Amino acid sequence: MVGITSYGAYVPWHRMKREDCVKAWGGFAMPGERAVAYYDEDSLTMAVEAGRDCLSDLDPKKIDGLFFATTTSPYKERQCSSIMAFPLDLRPDIRTADINTSLRAGTTALLLAHDTVKAGSAGSVLVACADVRLGAPAGMIEQQIGDGGASLLMGTENVIAEVLGTFSISDELAGTWRGDDDRFIRSGEDRFVMDEAYVKFVPQAMAGVLKKCGLAAKDITKVAFDPPGDPRRHGTAAKQAGFDPAQLQDPYALFLNTGITGCAMAPMMLVAALEDAKPGDVIMVVGSGNGADAMILKVTEAITKLPPRRGTKENIASKVVMSNYNEYLRWREIVPQEAARRPDKQHIRLAAVWRERKELLGLWGIKCRQCGTPQYDNGAATTSPIRVCAVCQAQDDFDDYNFARRKATVFSYTQDNLAAVTDPPASVVLIEFEGGGRAFFDLTDRDPAKVEVGMPVEMTFRKLQYDRGLTNYFWKARPIR
Amino acid sequence: MPGSIKDRAAIVGMGCTKFGELWDRGPTDMIVDATNEALEDAGITIKDVQAVWAGSLFGVGGRLVSEALRLQYKPVTRVENACGSGHEAVRGASYAVAAGIYDICLAIGYEKLKDEGAAGLPGMENRSNTHYQSSMPGVFAMMATRYFHRYGLSPEEGKKMLGKISVKSHKNGALNPKAHLRREITLEQVLGAPIIAWPLGLFDCCGVSDGCAAAVLVRPDMVKKFKNKPVYVKALQICASPTSGRLVTTYDYTHVEEAHQAGIAAYKEAGITNPREEISMAEVHDCFSITEAVTMEDLQFSPRGRVKEDIEAGTFELTGSLPVQPDGGLKCFGHPIGASGIRMLYEPWLQFQGRADKRQIKDPKLALAHNMGNEPYAPVVSVCIVGL
Repeated sequence: MVGITSYGAYVPWHRMKREDCVKAWGGFAMPGERAVAYYDEDSLTMAVEAGRDCLSDLDPKKIDGLFFATTTSPYKERQCSSIMAFPLDLRPDIRTADINTSLRAGTTALLLAHDTVKAGSAGSVLVACADVRLGAPAGMIEQQIGDGGASLLMGTENVIAEVLGTFSISDELAGTWRGDDDRFIRSGEDRFVMDEAYVKFVPQAMAGVLKKCGLAAKDITKVAFDPPGDPRRHGTAAKQAGFDPAQLQDPYALFLNTGITGCAMAPMMLVAALEDAKPGDVIMVVGSGNGADAMILKVTEAITKLPPRRGTKENIASKVVMSNYNEYLRWREIVPQEAARRPDKQHIRLAAVWRERKELLGLWGIKCRQCGTPQYDNGAATTSPIRVCAVCQAQDDFDDYNFARRKATVFSYTQDNLAAVTDPPASVVLIEFEGGGRAFFDLTDRDPAKVEVGMPVEMTFRKLQYDRGLTNYFWKARPIR
Repeated sequence: MPGSIKDRAAIVGMGCTKFGELWDRGPTDMIVDATNEALEDAGITIKDVQAVWAGSLFGVGGRLVSEALRLQYKPVTRVENACGSGHEAVRGASYAVAAGIYDICLAIGYEKLKDEGAAGLPGMENRSNTHYQSSMPGVFAMMATRYFHRYGLSPEEGKKMLGKISVKSHKNGALNPKAHLRREITLEQVLGAPIIAWPLGLFDCCGVSDGCAAAVLVRPDMVKKFKNKPVYVKALQICASPTSGRLVTTYDYTHVEEAHQAGIAAYKEAGITNPREEISMAEVHDCFSITEAVTMEDLQFSPRGRVKEDIEAGTFELTGSLPVQPDGGLKCFGHPIGASGIRMLYEPWLQFQGRADKRQIKDPKLALAHNMGNEPYAPVVSVCIVGL
């Protein structure tokens, strides 16, 4: 049996009220809030967070592949999934691929993962998708879209939702696009995009996959598919395919809280459907963009044994509403800001970060075999590998020890107004991990006024620096979400 | 058994530029000015100097000193031990004359920080650019956070305790014509100042300065040839951190172990058994107010967790029983990194000669200088004791 064996999601902590866009620019406010990636997040870090949610209680070393789907890759040339394999703690002998440019990249990755597992090329493949798309300021797209990610594990053991069939159609019609030089989304005329593309391709894909599986619309318990910029068209497409409103995975649950999360939207809706699914339910997922992908899944008994994940619900519930629209402009670097009058940051040393990839991207430290002390050294000079034990001075007699999933508490902290950071003050903490070990980290997703000694924190994967095309990724602490 | 430096090297002359934002002074200007003052004080010329040790953190090496002074094919060594580079230069020169290799050596420390075009120190980063983002004030602020937490001080009580340290140093600095910051401040000003890195405010932080200081060191059997009262090196102990405090949970972040250890070793070398009674004055590395507070405990001047009592009693004021930072300290004299360790000896030098003017302490016998480089969990600390 090939199917989904686990799921996870990620929604940034920060939300912007859509009316704040209107306060800044005028115009018409859509209802609700949209999720905004913090300044230290991008599609790669959010997909990692979704993947970590998906793998929360699973052994990552048993996974044979990672497909990363996004339309907002931090790289044009450089594979992101091979970077993500470190924070996700996957083996090196796996198949990695980035699937980009189409808004259905998320479902395409899911279909490819299914085919790979079904073909026997891999026992399991992790799909992680996220998007941080930009609508130009003062436009409706800026309000419609949001940032987020989803992750699904495709495999053959402990399948919670068996894949019954897949179907795809392709068409070169572009509802939205970004050319090589475009930072902001461009789109065609609404009526053309909605009526000639979305409202046609989506029902076609639905009909196609139903036919392939020998099922009718009435056999589907929930149909999860991404709404277009105008979510009302979602209902039109469903109606055309013969679905009752009761069968729809509610698009507004996400739209009103996160916004449309690009190629992660359909997978996030699938995750939301799985969160509520019962054994025997039949779920259809459709992702659209330059055509459409569809998949039908049958939920199994195993879903009752899957421990709860944060999923979409907990992620949506854990939030802070941004105080104004300007913060969004600053975090996305949409308007130039005066540089801090501090010494420049040094360039990224490619060799050094490669050498220390396990420690930096994987947050691996050591546990001394002689004195038993766990240690992580994010040092002034170098980040490991630790060669000499800081406690007993034993040399090279260690076991690997991972800190990425360990909870910790704040031992001391500062709120630094002098440091040049995007969202001052720089909240820096010295934390102590459960089970031993201590280290300094930047604290992210925090309210500076609420930071205190003894505060519980957890680790999160973030971007630190962009320099000459390179993005430096590392871990930060955050108050437990 | 290791030997001892006690009474085996003597200072016979010193010089120090004004510290501050010396926009019109380059590093070579400062080196020439401080050296000239030291040589003149000692009554010698540059030709009499046989070897030079130069301390600088960001400087370009001993070559710069040779070039600045147009030394004629002399040995010049640049030493670096972070903010403790000044003491490291004194150590090199002292050991050289103690070893009998040279008769007369020059120790010099300098830093030209204000050409960087940005406030603060460059280079708080590690090899992988993943160092946490806080500035140096932030690193020391975390010691204050922890100190307040451990000893049950509310932020208001803690900040008040630290504020009094800065008020004292400003009072002393106002009396010092060479100091960078020369005005008295009130506790209200300290407490009302902008926060730099919580809980440290503007007046909890030392100045970022340019400057240079120099000392002429000679063999003790030669001191009679010089006009000044010789000041002997009594102890010179350097302690480098294993830098485990940020990894292991045993470090409390409310003291600096390296300072404590360097103090113990220095007292032993100098034959001091009761530092609080025997030391006449101290110049400690008060890069931040919290650093001075914990240093008082590390050097055994105050019991652990109880420096507040001594601060409130005025023990460390110019008029107290153990004046600390009579010259204003890093706080007000300023902190040109490599120069600070030698500047800390300049004040004792003046005090011993009776030339400290309004800051003059009555009848000083032993003076302690404490020079610290790097973060509280990873420092190199030097304790140098000098006396008559």
